[in-house]
Order: sequence, then structure tokens, then C-alpha cells
Amino acid sequence: MGLIVQDKQFVIPGDELATGIDYLPANGAYREDDKIYAAQLGLVNISGRLIRVVNLSGRYIPKAGDNVIGKITNIGFNGWMVDIGYAYEAALSLKEATSDFIERGSDLTKYFDFGEVIVAKIVNVTRSKMIDLSMKGPGLRKLKGGKIIEVSSSKVPRVIGKQGSMISLIKEATGCQITVGQNGKVWMLGSDFNKEMLAAAAILKIEQEAHTSGLTEKIDVFLRGSIK
Amino acid sequence: MVSELKSYIESLLSKGVRADLRKLDEYRKPINVEYGISAKSAEGSAKITMGDTVIVAGVKFGVDKPYPDNPDEGSIVVNVELLPLSSPDFESGPPDVDAIELARVVDRAVRESKAIDFKKLCIKEGEKCWMIFIDIYTINEAGNLFDAANLAALAALQDARYPKYDEKTGVVAYDERTSKPIELLKIPISCTILKIGNNLIVDPDLEEEKAMDARLTVATADDDTICAMQKGGEVPLTTEEVKKIVDIAFKKRPELLKYLKK
Amino acid sequence: MITYTKRFDSRKFDETRPMEAKVGVIKRADGSAMFKIGKTVAIAAVYGPKALHPTYMRNPEKGILRCNYNMMAFSGTGERIRPGPGRRSREISLVTEKALASVLDLSEFPNTVIDVFIELIQTDSGTRCAGITAAIMALADAGLIMKDMIASVSVGVVGGKVLADLNKEEEDFENGAVDIPIAITHKDNKITLLQLDGLIKKEQLYEALELAKGSCAKIHELQRKALMEKFTQNGI
Repeated sequence: MGLIVQDKQFVIPGDELATGIDYLPANGAYREDDKIYAAQLGLVNISGRLIRVVNLSGRYIPKAGDNVIGKITNIGFNGWMVDIGYAYEAALSLKEATSDFIERGSDLTKYFDFGEVIVAKIVNVTRSKMIDLSMKGPGLRKLKGGKIIEVSSSKVPRVIGKQGSMISLIKEATGCQITVGQNGKVWMLGSDFNKEMLAAAAILKIEQEAHTSGLTEKIDVFLRGSIK
Repeated sequence: MVSELKSYIESLLSKGVRADLRKLDEYRKPINVEYGISAKSAEGSAKITMGDTVIVAGVKFGVDKPYPDNPDEGSIVVNVELLPLSSPDFESGPPDVDAIELARVVDRAVRESKAIDFKKLCIKEGEKCWMIFIDIYTINEAGNLFDAANLAALAALQDARYPKYDEKTGVVAYDERTSKPIELLKIPISCTILKIGNNLIVDPDLEEEKAMDARLTVATADDDTICAMQKGGEVPLTTEEVKKIVDIAFKKRPELLKYLKK
Repeated sequence: MITYTKRFDSRKFDETRPMEAKVGVIKRADGSAMFKIGKTVAIAAVYGPKALHPTYMRNPEKGILRCNYNMMAFSGTGERIRPGPGRRSREISLVTEKALASVLDLSEFPNTVIDVFIELIQTDSGTRCAGITAAIMALADAGLIMKDMIASVSVGVVGGKVLADLNKEEEDFENGAVDIPIAITHKDNKITLLQLDGLIKKEQLYEALELAKGSCAKIHELQRKALMEKFTQNGI
């Protein structure tokens, strides 16, 4: 009875995690009879009675509350369609786009034009995965210039680091503005392209070595080594 | 977004650098040729890795009737499949026009360089000849398929050994391979150069391909002979640019050649 | 009838050919893997969830799985294989799809499709099984929700002997061979692929099924090792 795996243990689908009723399956785990099994590849995370499996790969799955970086792909009567890297585009309505009053029939490209990049918040995801975005909130804005790179969305927590430690390190070392979307898109703008490329290289290094320990120190050394 | 990407890449190139810090005339590393990746099945096979681009090619021999206009010659057939396995941008289905263009450019480099003496593929004039099938597949699409496919095809040809053929029965014994290689009289090497803004670059990655204005593939048969060319893209090239591109192709030839076995 | 006392390649009757597995072999894919058994080499790539066209195929309740099995033109033992899907590869794609779908939970991705592409680079025997074994690793690599892993092997009867993982010579055995491609889930040994060609007594079939479980357990351990090697430091 009880736990069969340890916290942070690597598991694959079908692996037994616990027996008995002391534990409850959360994301990435499921119960069958009196046992809990892994439902995806990842690392075990035990908090209290909850067992989950934290994924290490996979495409971004939108959820309400996430800040994401997306590109305007279409403009309709009621708002904009935005590519956020999911199978289907997300919708940004007139009401959620700005606090300005937009008159019917006005030119919506004045606000957001085709191909422009925004950081927006997901406010609602329906059961059939229709996604609603909003631009109302701190940090939500249009992103101008700069460079966008993509990392696996499962690596986003590593890119940000504990309490934002990792991303702060990169911002300080490169002087770049950096915005990380939960969908794995990362935007950076620096005083020159060398700084942007350095920030991008550091972030791609984090993605590549996300499963290794002492990552913050490694990145620190990498940034120092590259700057001098 | 393409235009923003294009202006970003152009601004980098104008400073003489590329997003992955390569020089403008520098190929990605590593370039790797692995022979015999389907040694049991194919009479010749190879896998090419060029940066993140991975391509495999295989050679199969067949015996067929010569074409009526060349009754004393065999021939080659080159086919390229842009596998949906290799990129989210490729769709299932019959080869699209990009795959056909790629196959034809690889074919022309081998054919026109006279790398293979087609007369030597003749078994009996007007009746039987060898057909050499070169099938090329993308495994990971990360740019510059033209040059990678060319190297893959040549490596597979180098690797190939004729199967045993019984002239009386007309049966090819595929399980009995001889030691006879395909005699390669030339090694045609393809070098593809992109024009982006006012810059010329070799070995483009995917983003550079999206930002391209024009493309010119130059296949060289030896140190001073061109055997095939193919222009792509909608922006014209000046004569000066073409000359520069040809010079780059000749300059890069020995470098690419050294990845293939002698 | 000739009894088969020693295998052509000197393997034990319950022994598979040498195997090799590697995960993450195709960078651009969401998940990918290579599986080699004897001289059969399969690679698999997974893309998705992504938008599904045509629209009428969409399922608002869950995502759908779409498999495509293909032998490269040069991968056969005889003449060149004409490129493009034939009847054989379409049937294999179908049974592969069903074998894999039985453990996948795609309820999180309504209206989308997950594409699985399987390519054979070199073939000897057991290509569909190698494809399934590679594909399930690619699906796990893609981070998809699935109840269990699957391993697949072909078992059979040659010269009156029940054996695991027939090679080409055994498949072509002069007095006839029985070939049974099977896929089995790891956790509770459920069968998700089962085909049979040839004449067999039911006792022999049951014996063959037991043999398949043993082989699949070994394949499963190899799959785990390959997945670990991609995702953990030094494969710990």
C-alpha cells in the first residue's frame, strides 16, 4: 500500500505510481481499481496526496489564464483571429481588444493589423477548444520589432525559472526585453542584434539542457563567457 | 510575418552574419555521409546529414527494354519523396511539384555530367538494359534539400553493387550481389545559392528559404565544367550575380566532394 | 514433415533477433523514434494535435489518430517497390491505427488529428510490428496522454515449432509457416493487434500468445530505456 515511485522519478505511460486509496491521481495520472498509473511520459510530482506526471514534451495545450504570444492571421467584423500555435486559431473580440469604443464598421487594422504580434491572455477555453483572448491586463500589448523564437511549451517553466530567476538572469546579462508566452513563443528585443542572438542562444540552451541539474549556473557561465 | 522575418534576416546578412552565426559562404556542420543504411535491401544506400537536414537515398537495379531512341543504352530514374514524416509542412499524397523539381535537378546533374556511361548499362541492344532507380527520401527537412539530395544520390550510387543477372533466364538474383560497382566517371556536385536582398548565401536554413528572393543551383562536373543549373524564386538575377554564384559553386565543390568517399 | 530443430540463425525458439531503439530521431516531429529488429529498420514520426481537414472528418468529442505505413522504394528484398500506397500498406496502416488507438486518450483534443508516419528503411520480416513498436515510442515522446505502452512482435509456427520473431527465411519455410503479428499492452497484457496467416492448432496458438508476451516484455524494457535516454541525464 502507498507510493511506488519517488518524487521527480521518470515514468512512462502505464507505469504504476501508487496503490491503495491514500493517493489521488491528478494531471497525467489515472486510477484503475486500487492503483494509480502514469498516463503520459514525464516526471512524477507528489504534493500532499496528489500524484501527477509533469510532461516533458508535447505541443501546447491552451488553458484559461495563460499569457500567450500570437500573430494576427485574420480580421473579421467582430474581431481578430490569432495563431497561438494550437491546432485552431484563438479569437480576440472587439470588447476584449481595447477599452476604446470601436464604432461598427471602423477599420480594425488601426488596432491590430495582419501579421502583427501580440501578447494576450487566454480568458476562456471551451470544451471543444474554442479559445477566447483578451488584451486587458498588465503586460498585454502589441510586440514591435525584436526576434521571436520557439521552445517546447513544456520547457517554459525552466526558461522562466523559480520566481523568474532564469529569465531575469538573461535580461540582466543581455539588456534585452524578453516576454515568454506559455505557448513556448519567446520574444526578445535588444539594443543590437548581437544581444538578441545571445539571449536567444541562452534560451535555446535552456531548452536543450532542461533535464540537467545546475542549469542556472550553466547559463550564468554561458552568458559571462559570451559577453567578454 | 514573412516580411518581418525577411527584413530581420536581411539586416543580419548586411552585417555579414547569419542567425546561427555562420559566414555567408559557410555550410552547416556537421555534414555526414553514412553508407549502406539499407545494405540488405538496396543495392546501394546512404544517409546524409547536413546540419539538421537528414536525407536517405537508395539504389535499386532493374532490367528493362531500352528506350527505342537509344536502343544501346540503359538509364537512370530519380524519384524524390518529401515525406510528411520529415516536416509539418509536407502533406501526404503523390509527389508535388517541389518534389518533382528536386528529382529532376538531381537527375540532370548525374545525367548531363555523363557520370554514368549509359551504354555500359546495355545488356543486349534493343532488348535488355539496366535501369538504375535512385529513390530519395527526406527524413528531417531543415533546408537546402537540393544539395543534400545531390550528395545522398551520389553516395548511394557509390555504394551500389550490381545484383547477379542470368542472361538466359532474364532473372535478376537480388539476393546475390556481385562486387561490380557503378562506374562513376564524374562526381557532379550541386551547390545552391540564395539571393536575399543584396546578399548571396550557401546552404540556407528554413527561415532563410522563407526569406529568399532567388535561388540558383549550380552543379559542377569537375573543377571547371558546369553540368546543370536551375533557377528558382521570382526575383531576377543580374549577369554579375550569376557569375558570382558560379564562382562560389566552384569554390565549394572540393569542400563538398571531400565528404564523399574517393 | 520436416521438424525444425535448430533455427536458421541459431536463435533460441523464444529469442528475438537483436534489437535497437532510439527516441527523438526526427527533430521537426513532435515525437519520433527508430526501432530495429534484425535487419528490419522502422522510423516513426508523430505530428499533432493539429487542425483536421476535411472538416466533416472532425470529431467534436475527441481527436482522431491517422496512421500511414510505408516501405521505401529500395527497402524490399527484390525489385524496387513502386512508391505510393498499395493495398498491403493501406491495410497495415489501418491495423496499426487500431492497435495504437486502443491506448490513446485523445479527448483533450476535439476536432484535431494526430498523424503517425511510419517508414521502413530496410526490411527483412516483421515490418508492421517494428513500425508499431517505433510508433508507440514516438507517441510517448510527443507527450500524448495514453494509458499504456504497446510492444509488437511476430510469433509463429515453423516446422511444428512455436517460435518468436520469425525471420525472412522462416517466413518462407518450404513446408509452410504460420505468421502471427501481435501487439500487446505492457501493464495488463491486452492484445491490440492480432493477425494470422497459415494453419495452426489452437494449442499452438495459445502457446504462441504466451511466447509473444515474453518477447513484448523485453521490447518494452528496451522502449523504456530508449525513452529515458532522451529525457534524462545519462539515462538515469
